[in-house]
Amino acid sequence: MTRVAGCDVGSLTSKAVIMEDGRVLESVIIKSKARPWESADEVMKQALGKAGLSMADIKFCVGTGYGRDKITFVNEAVSEIACHGRGARWLLPTVRTVIDIGGQDCKAVKLDDSGNMLKFITNDKCASGTGRFLEVMAKVLGVELGDLGALSVKAKSPITLASACTVWAQADVIQHLNDKVPVEDIAAGVNAAMASRMATLANNIGVERDVCMTGGVAKNDGVVSALEKLLGVRIKRIRRADPQLAGALGAALIAGDRANGGKA
Amino acid sequence: MITAGCDVGSLTAKAVILKDGKIAAAEVLRASAAPEKSAQQVMELAVKKAGIAMTDIAYCVGTGYGRKHINFVNAVESEIACHGRGAVWQVPSARTVVDIGGQDAKAIRVDDKGNVERYVYNDKCASGTGRFLEIIADALDIKLEELGDIATKSTEKLTLSNQCVVFAETEIISLVSEGKEIADIVNALHQAVANRAASLARGISVEADAVMTGGVAKNSGMFRALERALGVTLKSVPDPQINGALGAALFAQDAVAAGVK
Repeated sequence: MTRVAGCDVGSLTSKAVIMEDGRVLESVIIKSKARPWESADEVMKQALGKAGLSMADIKFCVGTGYGRDKITFVNEAVSEIACHGRGARWLLPTVRTVIDIGGQDCKAVKLDDSGNMLKFITNDKCASGTGRFLEVMAKVLGVELGDLGALSVKAKSPITLASACTVWAQADVIQHLNDKVPVEDIAAGVNAAMASRMATLANNIGVERDVCMTGGVAKNDGVVSALEKLLGVRIKRIRRADPQLAGALGAALIAGDRANGGKA
Repeated sequence: MITAGCDVGSLTAKAVILKDGKIAAAEVLRASAAPEKSAQQVMELAVKKAGIAMTDIAYCVGTGYGRKHINFVNAVESEIACHGRGAVWQVPSARTVVDIGGQDAKAIRVDDKGNVERYVYNDKCASGTGRFLEIIADALDIKLEELGDIATKSTEKLTLSNQCVVFAETEIISLVSEGKEIADIVNALHQAVANRAASLARGISVEADAVMTGGVAKNSGMFRALERALGVTLKSVPDPQINGALGAALFAQDAVAAGVK
């Protein structure tokens, strides 16, 4: 029996996945703490606790995410791009384009038939098109980040945001609130702006089917369906596990390779 | 001959009254939500200061992002044209004008008469605009006008790694919690805003003499940061904040001279 783990420390959330002989034993998602290593320690402790294991039971552990170099307990740190590609492939074997929206970045990864990475593009320079954009807007709207998707589905006449810039869009949203525009219509406009920014990025590498979305924003159906319209392709929904776990899952799968003698 | 210019920006409204080719009065007012109201108020203040009546003004030109909402003007002119014109009137040798406004930034190349030759403009991204300074000043709980003085006390050079205002705000909050000095942070902020404006300006290739206009130019820290970013010595403009309104008043003067009604 081989047990391995993957730990993905993001800016907003940290994720841990424990696998045993190729199947997911436990997974945990927590809100990230101030220091990346604290987040990693906590999320791994919770996952091990749920599985009734200790770190000594884990043969190999891979870390990923923006805080990957600060994790103390991992055997190896691997890039997010590689982990997301690998995780997405496991979640959806036919996937060729992975769109990942993280808390403070967004990326699109193109894979070949065998799951090797062909191309990728990432934006971590501008908050627009990242989870941070949605976070700022949810705060202004006074709703939970996780509720934006469900809200936008109820929109009757969605607004169009005048600017992609988070700062200007925030002022625009406040103006719409002052004008008594229903929150659902604003939420739909926010999700559409998000999707539009992501579509521009993804189109740069050429989107090929099948397409899937990973990261927390994949759970926001408003963004997913707006993105489908803009890209003109269906985005396959992930059901095998929480799409937010893709990075940690990929890390655990890579850890599995290493444990079975795969080269580091 | 008496003419006037009124520049309604996102943060402030400005009015200039020209009498026989000299500035008779200039006023700056914090803009309210209604641009037409801000325009009216600032013009009334300027008229009063000049000791004239509204009816003494032969021609008035409006500019700024709120220019279409000013109801007392005879004509409107673009901000680009007004800033170019105003800058050359204030500093005759000016050939490049960098204007950092409350929610935009522009770089303008002008000829010796203040006619615009080339320009670049950014209102898509808040970085490199006055809004960047405003948001961070707010986060640091200091007044916008105090930034310049605070920066002069800086002793350690810090560099912000983020260009995006949203990410930079988070970065600055961590710098504060790490115990970094506010003066050093403000200095780094100035440099970040200036670098962004400078990369915009390089798009039209900066030619001497270069000047900086807009309210942000009154911030000595920003002025020096822009000099560093551009690698040139900036000529200082006597009254940078009213530059756009001044340009508008000069266009009004032309209209009167040309007999435009």
